[in-house]
Amino acid sequence: MITEAELARLRHLAATMRWRIVTMMGASKVHHFGGSLSSVDIITALYFRKMRYDPNNPRWLERDRFVMSKGHSVPAQYTALAMLGVFPVEELSTLKRLGSRLQGHPAMHTIPGLEACTGALGEGLSYANGIALAGRILGLSYRVYCLIGDGELQEGQVWEAAMTAAKHCLANVTAIIDRNRLKAMDEAACSKQMDPLPERWASFGWAVAEIDGHDMAAICNTLDWSDGQSQPSLIIANTVKGKGVSFLEGQAGFHNAAIDETQYQKAVRELESALAAQGENVR
Amino acid sequence: MSKMTETRFAYGEALLELGAQRPTVVALDADLYKSTRTVLFRDAYPNRFVDVGISESDMVSTAAGMAATGLIPYCNSFAIFITGVCYMPIRTQIAYPSLPVKLIGSSAGLTQGPDGASHQSLEDISLMRGLPNMVVVSPADDVETRQATFAIADWPGPVYMRLGRYPVPRLFDGGYHFTIGKATTMREGGDVAIFATGHTVCKVLDAADLLARDHIEAQVINVSTIKPLDHEAVQAAAARAQLLVSVEEHSIIGGLGSAIAETVSGIAHAPRLLRLGVHDQFGESGLADELLEKHRLTGKLIAEDIRQALP
Repeated sequence: MITEAELARLRHLAATMRWRIVTMMGASKVHHFGGSLSSVDIITALYFRKMRYDPNNPRWLERDRFVMSKGHSVPAQYTALAMLGVFPVEELSTLKRLGSRLQGHPAMHTIPGLEACTGALGEGLSYANGIALAGRILGLSYRVYCLIGDGELQEGQVWEAAMTAAKHCLANVTAIIDRNRLKAMDEAACSKQMDPLPERWASFGWAVAEIDGHDMAAICNTLDWSDGQSQPSLIIANTVKGKGVSFLEGQAGFHNAAIDETQYQKAVRELESALAAQGENVR
Repeated sequence: MSKMTETRFAYGEALLELGAQRPTVVALDADLYKSTRTVLFRDAYPNRFVDVGISESDMVSTAAGMAATGLIPYCNSFAIFITGVCYMPIRTQIAYPSLPVKLIGSSAGLTQGPDGASHQSLEDISLMRGLPNMVVVSPADDVETRQATFAIADWPGPVYMRLGRYPVPRLFDGGYHFTIGKATTMREGGDVAIFATGHTVCKVLDAADLLARDHIEAQVINVSTIKPLDHEAVQAAAARAQLLVSVEEHSIIGGLGSAIAETVSGIAHAPRLLRLGVHDQFGESGLADELLEKHRLTGKLIAEDIRQALP
C-alpha cells in the first residue's frame, strides 16, 4: 500500500510537471496544452514511482518501457525525463524550435529516453506489443506501458493490436487510456460511438480497470494491480483535458492552440499556487 | 536454360538458413505464410515467428517495437499490402528512426496474375523509394535473392525487398556477390544501355539477343538496388550509349525509370531515356505472360520498342 508521504511526493512532482509544461510552452505559441496536462498524473506515477528505470542509463536493456502512443502529449514525457535528469531541464525551453532535439512529436533518435516515434495516431500499442514479444524472445522481464488517447481509439489499428496482445497473453503490457473525452475539434463521441469502453476491452480479452486519472493513489494502486494480471491490462483513466489550469480545462479549443500573455500569467499563477499548496504537504 | 525458380522460393529457403545463423532474426507474417514462404521459418523457429493475422499495419508496428529492442524482424506480405496498407507506420515508426526492419513484398507486379488490380503491386517501389532512410532491393533471380536476404540482415537500417511469384531462369553463377547499392552489368554493348530490375532482367537479356541479330549491341544492367541507386553505373552508361532504357514491372511513375531519370537529369548532354513499364494504369486479371505481353514487357516487344526509339 502506498504511504501518504509517497503520495504527497508524487502530487508535488505532478504539480511541478504542470508548471514546467506550461512555462516551457509559454505565451503566444501554439502547443498541445490539453492532452499534455491531462496525462501528467499518469506519467508522474509511472516515471517517478512505478517503472524500473535508470535515468543514467536510459538504454538499459532490462528497463520498463513507456510508449507515448498519443504523441502530441510528448511535452509531458519530455518534462518527466528532464526532471529525472535524462537531459538538462534547460533544454525544455527549446521545444519545437528549429534545431531542437525536442520535436513536436516523439523522435526516439533525436533525444534519449523516448522509446518510439509516434505522432500518427493508432500505432503505439502494436509497437508496445512488439517490445513485449521481443522481451519474451530475448528472455527479458520488463513491463511495457502504453498511453493512448481516447480519441485515438477511433484508429482501427488500436483494435488490431488489442487482439494481438490478448492472443499472445502479453501480461507485461499495460495500456492506459487518457480519457479526457475530447479530440482536436470536439468530443470524441461526436464522431464515433465510444461506449461502452470497459466492456469492449474486456470482451477483447483484457483485464480492465477504470479510475479517476487525477487521483494519484488510484493511479498507483491500479498500476500495481496490473502487475498481477495473467492477461494484458487496460486502465481507463478518466481525465480532464487541460487539467490544472482553470480556463484550459475541458476545452477542445486548447487541444493545440496558443494562450495570450494575460492567459499565460493567469495559468502560471494558478500552477504556482497549486505547487505551493503541494509543497506544504510534502513538508 | 537452367531451371526456372520464383524468387519467393529462394527467399523462403534463405530465411530459414539465416534463422539458423542469427538468433536475433525473427519473422512476422499476415496470414500469407505459405505464399510468402515464411512457412519454412515458422516450422523451424516457432518461437521467433509471429503470424499477426490479417492486419498488416499491426505487423509492421509490432516489428518496429521488436527492432527497437534489438531483434532483426523480417515482415512479410504481398508487395501491395506491405507497402500500401502500412505506409504510415512504416514512415513514422520505421523509416524515421531508421530501425532495422526488413519489409518483404512478395508477389509483386503484374505477374501476380489472376487476382487482378487489387493485388498487383505497380506502385510499391515508388512508395518506398520516397521514404528517407529506406533501401529498396529488387533481386533478379534465385541466387541474387538468396544473397540479398542475407545482406539486408547486416544493413543497419530499414529495407524493402521486392519479390515475385513468376518463374525466372538463374542468371548468376556461384561467383556472384550481391552488394547493396551496386548495379551489375549482365552483358556488354555500346549502342544502347538497358537498366532492368527483378523479373524484367531476364526479359531484357532476351531483348538484347534479338537486338544483336540486328547488329544493335545492348549493355544490360541489373539494378537490384533501386535505392541507393548506383549513380556511377548510370553515369558510365550515359557516357557511351546512344539511348538509355529502363524496364520494370511497375509503373513508370516513381519506380526504376524515375530513379534513373533523376540521375540522368543531372548529366550534361545525356542521351534520351526510354522508360518501359506500366504506363499510369492499374493491372487486371490475366495470366502472368498475357499481362507481360499486354504491357509490352516480353523480350520481343522490349526489343521492338528499343529499335523504334534508337536514333
